[in-house]
Amino acid sequence: MRLVYFAAVREAIGVASETCDLPAHVRNIHDAIDWLAGQSSGHALAFQDKSRLRFALDQDMVPLDAMLGDAHELAIFPPVTGG
Amino acid sequence: MKRVLISGEPISAEVALAGLSDLGGGAVSSFTGISRDDGGVTAIELEHYPGMTELSLMRLIDEAFGRWALLGAAIVHRIGRVAVGEPVVVVGAASRHRADALEATAFLIDRLKTDAPFWKKEHYADGTSVWVDAKSSDDDRSSRWA
Repeated sequence: MRLVYFAAVREAIGVASETCDLPAHVRNIHDAIDWLAGQSSGHALAFQDKSRLRFALDQDMVPLDAMLGDAHELAIFPPVTGG
Repeated sequence: MKRVLISGEPISAEVALAGLSDLGGGAVSSFTGISRDDGGVTAIELEHYPGMTELSLMRLIDEAFGRWALLGAAIVHRIGRVAVGEPVVVVGAASRHRADALEATAFLIDRLKTDAPFWKKEHYADGTSVWVDAKSSDDDRSSRWA
């Protein structure tokens, strides 16, 4: 799955995107965040407070409990602040 | 007429709203958001999610067309570094009568603030910078359109 990061999440992890083979037990975004948090200290820092994260699957905003299904792209970012 | 534009170059209300007054209606309403000097801020920097940004803004315009009798709507948003005093976003709507355009304009900017994937960083005169936190007041304004 392609993972894309924005703003403070991108800066904490140190890359704007990466491609990961998520393990089979990872079924929803919650699972994915828990698994990704173990990948590096940057990931752990970026994902330590799930309440301050927002998500999009294939460019559609979804909640933390959304199933990954056959989505190709998971975006993880802070609450948006445009306008 | 439906217009969505993400621009790395300076934007103006005049260009963003071009054509909205030629649609045969009696009303054009608009909102311009300007980069503001909040306690020593010299510039803001806007990051976005290419692709999803355009989709989410066009979805907001489509929703506005479903809720109000609109003849046209436009959303033009800056990305990159924006100096204090420059426009960040221009939203506009055209309709036969003013109520539709006025309400649609408020809807578009309120929902843009909570739904469109942009992130704002403030740069200060001393060289430091900080990501802006989302405001609960923006959530409140957006949710009144639910």
